[in-house]
Amino acid sequence: MRRIIPLLFSLLISVSIFAQDDLMDLLNENTKPEINYATATFKSTRVMNGHSIERMPPGQLDVRISHRFGRVNSGAYEFFGLDQSSIRLGLEYGIFNWLMVGLGRSSYEKTFDGFAKFTILRQSSGARVMPVSVSLFSSIAITSVKWSDTSRTNYFSSRLSYVHQILIARKISQSFSLQLTPTFVHRNMVATEIDPNDLFAFGAGGRMKLTKRISLNAEYFYLVNPRQYMSQQVYNPLSAGVDIETGGHVFQLFFTNSLAMIEKGFIGETTGSWLKGDIHFGFNISRVFTLKK
Amino acid sequence: MKRLSVILLLLNLVVATSAQKYMTKNGYVGFFSHTAIEDIKADNNQAVSVFDTASGEMVLQVLIKSFHFEKALMEEHFNENYMESDKFPKSVFKGKITNPASVDFSKPGKYDVTVEGDLNIHDVTKKISVRGTIEVIKGGINATSKFNIVPEDYKITIPGVVRDNIAKNLEVTVSLKYSPVENK
Repeated sequence: MRRIIPLLFSLLISVSIFAQDDLMDLLNENTKPEINYATATFKSTRVMNGHSIERMPPGQLDVRISHRFGRVNSGAYEFFGLDQSSIRLGLEYGIFNWLMVGLGRSSYEKTFDGFAKFTILRQSSGARVMPVSVSLFSSIAITSVKWSDTSRTNYFSSRLSYVHQILIARKISQSFSLQLTPTFVHRNMVATEIDPNDLFAFGAGGRMKLTKRISLNAEYFYLVNPRQYMSQQVYNPLSAGVDIETGGHVFQLFFTNSLAMIEKGFIGETTGSWLKGDIHFGFNISRVFTLKK
Repeated sequence: MKRLSVILLLLNLVVATSAQKYMTKNGYVGFFSHTAIEDIKADNNQAVSVFDTASGEMVLQVLIKSFHFEKALMEEHFNENYMESDKFPKSVFKGKITNPASVDFSKPGKYDVTVEGDLNIHDVTKKISVRGTIEVIKGGINATSKFNIVPEDYKITIPGVVRDNIAKNLEVTVSLKYSPVENK
């Protein structure tokens, strides 16, 4: 009998130890906090004309076709600008989860462009809190229009211009994202002596989701350089429109006062004014292909 | 008397070995959608689950953002448009084997079981009952199950334009390799 009591007692203990604590508690104790990255701050790698902090994920190819039609105020004869169109074709690819590169060709000044975009910081909550996402963007553009003056010595370097941007964005809520874009543009050659080679601009862009698949976007670049030191009247580019997402496509439809689709063009060479009605209808179509799984 | 103490000792052993909790932190949960247009597959290897062999109770939790797809765009749409994973970051199942007595956790072997419980996806809780297999192996338990769920049951709306790309019934696969929880 004396032997049985401790055995009975141990039986009691072995049952009670396990039955008490809640399985869910045990599970939660063993779940380590995760870093929760903000995703889809913007639907596309562009806010409208300019780049957003978004990049192509590794192995994904983005085939982009962009159009800007003529000016809306050109009247019915020009079918309100739709008779003319300026095009950029682009192939853009994600290499690492922090780097994307792209190549493009614009009909505007027959320009080739190449860019790289680096993801520096990603907005996150949870185990690591980061209030903003930051990307760096650098591009080079090469115009290939025939030299206007063939009597002088023309250098290839005169065709080049460079753009560097710091993209800082925050997905403020599920439906609202904002981006600030300090920009530096260097043009190797400018039209006249008074035109500055270096331009500084401050960009701001945002998107407001209307539904899960449609968002309202707007973008503005403020050119810091004084306008009187430019040989032609340039305006700050303002664009507004919508992003429409279907399965594998993103359509961006918008109105803008700039014709060019690359930074060097729309920041320093926008000659249209919204107030005068120099507005272009434009769209970007993005189709993503998975090249590498 | 002697016999009684032997029985008690054995019983004690059985209870001590079987009344044990098992856990996995890298369980697999995946789903598959097949349509004529495309196949969609997502894998999550970070499911956390605890299983109590005494009561047959189990809990399973997955983070929605830990589901990975072949195409990054699918993953984005999954999180942004369908699961709203910022609002509802995880999915939880709390259930119980309906026939725990039919499984002998002290003897290696395969046992068919039925698990019943509450599955919470997208902040909607539904009672489900699924069939699965429990395999008792040396130093652990493997649990597997395959079942179907209907996204619309969990208020996950799929718009008309892609309705043909996503199957009405998603086939869910669960595979958990439990090991015993160390007693403190």
